[in-house]
Amino acid sequence: MTDLSAALEPHIPALRRYAWALVRNQEAADDLVQDCLERAIGRWHLRRRDASTRAWLMTILRNLFLNDIRRRTRQGRHVELAEAHGHEGQDANGERRLMARDALAALDSLGEDQRSLLLLVGVEDLSYAEAAAVFGVPEGTIMSRLSRARAQLRRLVEGGERVMLRRVK
Amino acid sequence: MSEDGRPIGEDDIEAYVDGRLSVARRDAVGATLANAPALQARVDADLALRHALRERLAPIAEQPLPSRLRVATLIGRRRARLRRSLSAVAASVLLLAIGVGAGWEARGWNAPVRQAGQASTAVDAIEAHRVFVVEKAHPVEVAAAQEAHLVQWLSRRVGHTLKVPDLSAQGYELMGGRLIPEAGEAAAQFMFQDGAGGRLTLFVKAGKAGPARFAFLQSNGYAAFSWNDDALSFALVAAVERPVLLTLAEATYRQLDPSGTMLTH
Repeated sequence: MTDLSAALEPHIPALRRYAWALVRNQEAADDLVQDCLERAIGRWHLRRRDASTRAWLMTILRNLFLNDIRRRTRQGRHVELAEAHGHEGQDANGERRLMARDALAALDSLGEDQRSLLLLVGVEDLSYAEAAAVFGVPEGTIMSRLSRARAQLRRLVEGGERVMLRRVK
Repeated sequence: MSEDGRPIGEDDIEAYVDGRLSVARRDAVGATLANAPALQARVDADLALRHALRERLAPIAEQPLPSRLRVATLIGRRRARLRRSLSAVAASVLLLAIGVGAGWEARGWNAPVRQAGQASTAVDAIEAHRVFVVEKAHPVEVAAAQEAHLVQWLSRRVGHTLKVPDLSAQGYELMGGRLIPEAGEAAAQFMFQDGAGGRLTLFVKAGKAGPARFAFLQSNGYAAFSWNDDALSFALVAAVERPVLLTLAEATYRQLDPSGTMLTH
């Protein structure tokens, strides 16, 4: 029991962050994380011992998110991205904040695959091998997808009305 | 070209952005970028976006954990559900005994009716039990003395990590186990024996047997209690009374699922 706690708990902050970045609503994100943890606890004895626990958890969370989207789509309901942009506050006086908002907004315009990849590699620091495990593709594919996802994000941000990359160096 | 002779590729650029290159390789990429302003601008933009996302999202991970996301809380809640399920099972076993159980008993062994789901796991398990439990010379293929090997072997064949419950508190010691062909798939049978020579088998096969969690089946003096988790179907078989088997089954799945959580979902 304690080893289960010890194995899972260090990853929960990262799961919450990834979930929040996907759904942009703390309650909904925590619902997703809770589902993920319940699933993980129930399947703990089934996991591959040699595999990364973090990648395993992220995979569960992502699959739950995708299932949820599919279910909502089937039900003909709007896929909520509630609080997507309201969270940021209006005091964006530095370009950093502006950039952060633009980066997040641009991220929303990407497909889920690209969004998850950029989040898992760029924010959650999954290794390329772990990311390959999450997406079920070879590592080489991850590299080329990463390259495409970053190009897409760059285009979105650079194409936006805000000039923000000028000061970046 | 870098120092080690490999040309700088797209992969190096991404790994550079993620800060995952060796120092030598990173310097090599840096040197390349210094002579390629367009590439440098692209990398700068990628670095800035990556940094911006990290910075924006960092506070989310720093928020205190609500109690509903604590592992101990989640395990506690699942245990409570487990206990409720067990009571429900005990009740339904009684009902089955009155209703279906007698019907099954009346069928006898020569006409085991195949049903979808766990009843079929139970039928398969009872069949396997009947065949091997009477075996004097070779009740098991691999004996308990080689338990680690046994578990490893059967796990590999069944395709999932298997565990053997310790039922010594209930008076049963592991004798060993064997591989059983089961509709073209590999299934595992672990055999236990009590001090009086009474034998108990645990049958495990890959595949979730159906939506129902539990099934109890009694046939020709054998009782089987079957259940499944997300990936495996289990059945415990012995020639004992229902309450005895229920106790054994409880001990078994508690151990196979130490978090006590198998009964949810």
